[in-house]
Amino acid sequence: MDVINALVVLANFVIVPGLAYGAQLALGALGVTLIYGILRFSNFAHGDTMAFGTAITIIGTNALIAAGITFGPLPTALIALPLGIAATCLLVLGTDWTVYKFYRTKKAAPVILVIVSMGVMFIMNGIVRFIIGVGDINFADGERFVVTARGFREATGLAEGLAIRTTQVITVIVALIAMALLFWFLNKTRTGKSMRAFSDNEDLALLSGINPDWVVKVTWMIVAALATTAGVLYGLDKSFKAFTYFQLLLPIFAAAIVGGLGSPLGAIAGGFVIAFSEVTVTYAWKRVLGYILPENLAPEALVQLMSTDYKFAVSFAILIVVLLFKPTGLFKGKSV
Amino acid sequence: MNPAIRAPLLFGFVAVLMIGTGIVQGWNSALLILNMGLISAIMALGVNLQWGFAGLFNIGVMGFVALGGLAAVLISTPPTEGAWAAGGWNIVIGLLLGGMTVIGAILAQHRMALGRIRTLTTLAILIAGFFIYRAVFDPGVTAIEAINPSVSGNIGGLNLPVLLSWPVGGLLAAGAAWIIGKTALGLRSDYLAIATLGIAEIIIAVLKNEDWLSRGVKNVIGLDRPVPFEIELQQDPTFVARAVGLGLDPVTASGIYTKLAYSALFAVVLLILLWMAQMALKSPWGRMMRAIRDNETAARAMGKDVTARHLQIFILGSAICGVAGAMMTTLDGQLTPGSYQPLRFTFLVWVMVIVGGSGNNFGAVLGGILIWWLWVQVEPMGLALMQILSSGLEDGSALQTRMIDAAAHMRLLTMGLLMLIVLRFSPRGLIPER
Repeated sequence: MDVINALVVLANFVIVPGLAYGAQLALGALGVTLIYGILRFSNFAHGDTMAFGTAITIIGTNALIAAGITFGPLPTALIALPLGIAATCLLVLGTDWTVYKFYRTKKAAPVILVIVSMGVMFIMNGIVRFIIGVGDINFADGERFVVTARGFREATGLAEGLAIRTTQVITVIVALIAMALLFWFLNKTRTGKSMRAFSDNEDLALLSGINPDWVVKVTWMIVAALATTAGVLYGLDKSFKAFTYFQLLLPIFAAAIVGGLGSPLGAIAGGFVIAFSEVTVTYAWKRVLGYILPENLAPEALVQLMSTDYKFAVSFAILIVVLLFKPTGLFKGKSV
Repeated sequence: MNPAIRAPLLFGFVAVLMIGTGIVQGWNSALLILNMGLISAIMALGVNLQWGFAGLFNIGVMGFVALGGLAAVLISTPPTEGAWAAGGWNIVIGLLLGGMTVIGAILAQHRMALGRIRTLTTLAILIAGFFIYRAVFDPGVTAIEAINPSVSGNIGGLNLPVLLSWPVGGLLAAGAAWIIGKTALGLRSDYLAIATLGIAEIIIAVLKNEDWLSRGVKNVIGLDRPVPFEIELQQDPTFVARAVGLGLDPVTASGIYTKLAYSALFAVVLLILLWMAQMALKSPWGRMMRAIRDNETAARAMGKDVTARHLQIFILGSAICGVAGAMMTTLDGQLTPGSYQPLRFTFLVWVMVIVGGSGNNFGAVLGGILIWWLWVQVEPMGLALMQILSSGLEDGSALQTRMIDAAAHMRLLTMGLLMLIVLRFSPRGLIPER
C-alpha cells in the first residue's frame, strides 16, 4: 500500500506536472528548432512571439466570454486559439518581410540575424505590453479538475490524493495533436518534404527547384502556430505574464539544443528531458521517501535537492553537460 | 562624413542634449542621467571589447553587472555581529567542498581511461560531494539567516572603503567569466549566447535566494558612499554660505554637488578604461584580435591560439561590466537583486554598442550615454505624444486612458526600432570602426 501511495504522490507532484510542462516546452522548442533548421539562426524573439499569440488569444477569449460563448467544461481559450494563431502568422510574416528578408537575401552571418532577432524581441515585447499590459492574467475557465484529490481518495481508499487539472490533460492532448500534425506534414506532404530538403542542404534543394520563399513562409506560419499553441497552453496551465514568457526562452533553447538543434524529434525529447529534470530536482522528496523507506530511515528534512528558484540552473546544467559531451545534441542536430 | 569630424560632432550633440535637459528639467535630473550614462558607457565598452574586437556574443551582461553589485556589498558593509562565529566557516568550508567536488569530477574525466568506470566514478564523486556539501553548508546558512533577520540575516562584508569594491567587482566578474569561458568558448557562437544568458539568470537567482550572502529580495540598503551625503552638506555652514553666494538654494546645490562628485569619479574610471581600450585596440594584440574575429581559420594558421585569446578578451570584457556594476550599486547606495532585468541590463547595453558603432571604443561610449538619455526620456516624450494625440478625445474616455497607459511601454518599442533601423541602414553604427 505504501508503495502505491508513494507512486500517487510522485504522479501528483512530479509526473503529471512534468508531462504538461514538458509538452509546453517541446512545442516551444519545435518552433525554435524549425527556425534554426530552415532559416539558420537562433530566434531570440521566440518567447515574445509566444507571448503575442497568447495575448491575442486572451483578448479573443474575453470577447467570446463577453458574447456569452463558452466551451462548456473546456477552456474558452481553445476556441480563440485559431484567432491567436492567425494574428501571430500575420505578425511573423510581416516581421520576416520587413526585417529578416533583407538579411537573408544578403546572406548575412547567422550571428547578425541573432542580433536582429534581439531587436525584434524588444519590439514584440513592447507590442505585447501595449496590447495587454504587464499584469498577471489568468484566463483558464471551464471545469478546473478532471480528477480531484478528494474524489481520487474516496474512489481508491488511498491516503494520498491525485489531482489532475483539465489544463494539464488538454496540454498533453493538444501537444500530441500538434506534434502528430507536424510530423505528418513534414513527412507526407510535398511542402513538408521540401522543407526538410531545404533544411538538410539548401543548395541541393534550390537546384531541384524548391521555391525558397514559399518554404520560408510556410516555416514561419508553422512556427507561429506552434508558438501560439505553446504559449496558450502554458498560460492556461500557469498564468500569463509577459515577462515570464521572455524567461521561458532559456528552458526552450535548452530543450532544443539538448535534443539537437534542427531536429524536430530532438526538440520533443529535449522538452521532456528538461521539464522532468527541473521538476525532479526542485521537488521535495520527503513524502515519497517517507512511504517507501522503512520508518526509522524516513527523512526529517524536505529532501529537496535545490530550491524551486534555481530551476533555470537545472536546465542550464543539463545544457552544459550535453554540449560538453555530445555537442550536436541527443538526436544529432546540426552544428554550423 | 569624415570620421574625424563626425565623432566630435556627435559627442557635441550629446553634450547639447545633456545641457538642454539641464535647462528644461533641472540640473539634478540632467546629472542623474549623465551619471548612469557614464556607467552605461563603461558597460558598453566591456561589451564592445567582446563583440567589437573579438566577435564574442555575450548576452549575460546582467549577471556580471550584478556580481559587481555584490562586490559593493561584500566590501563596504560592516560584518554582521556573530555571523562568522555562527556559521561563516561552515559556509566557507561547504563552498570549498563543493568546489573540490567539481574539480574532482573534472579530474576524473580528464585522468581516467574512457569507459564505464570513469562515468561511474564521476557520478559517485558528484553525488557524494553534493550531499557532503549540503551537510556542511546548510547549518551555516540556517545559523546566519537566523541572526536578526529583519535588519541583517546575512554575513555582512569587510567594512572597507566602497571604492575598493569597484576593482573587486571586476575580479568577481572575471572569475565568473573564466568559468563560463572555459566551458562554453570552444563551442559555437549561439551556444555561448545561450550559456551566458543562462549564467546571468543563475547569478540573479543566487542573489535573490541566498539570503546569507546578499539578503536576497530583502535588499541591502544604506551602502557607504565615496562622496558626502546631501544632508551633511546642507548642515555645513560654509557650504550653505557658498551656495547662497552662487545664488542657489542649498538643497538643490547639495544634490548637484554630490552628483557632480559622482560624475567626476565615473568620468575618471571611464577615461582610464577608454584609454586602455584604445591602447589595446592599436597594439599588436588588438590587431591580432580583429584578425581572429575576421578570419579565425587564417589566424589559427598563423599560429594564434584562438581559444586562449577568446578566453582572455571574454574575461577582460566581463570584468569591465563587473566594475560598472559595482559603480552602479555604489551610485544607488543599495543592492536590489529584484531589479535586475535582462532587457534593461543585457539587451539595452547591446543596443548601445550596436547604435554607437561596434568595434569603435568611442562609438560604444557615445552609444552608452546617448541611448541611456533616450531610454530615460522616451517615457515622458511618449506620454506627451499620447496626450497630444488623445487631446481630441473626450476626457476620461476608455481609449484615452488606454493610450496614456500605453506610453509607459514606449521604451522597449523605441529601442527595438532604433536597433533595427541602425542595423539595416547603418550597420556599422554612428561612429564606425576604422
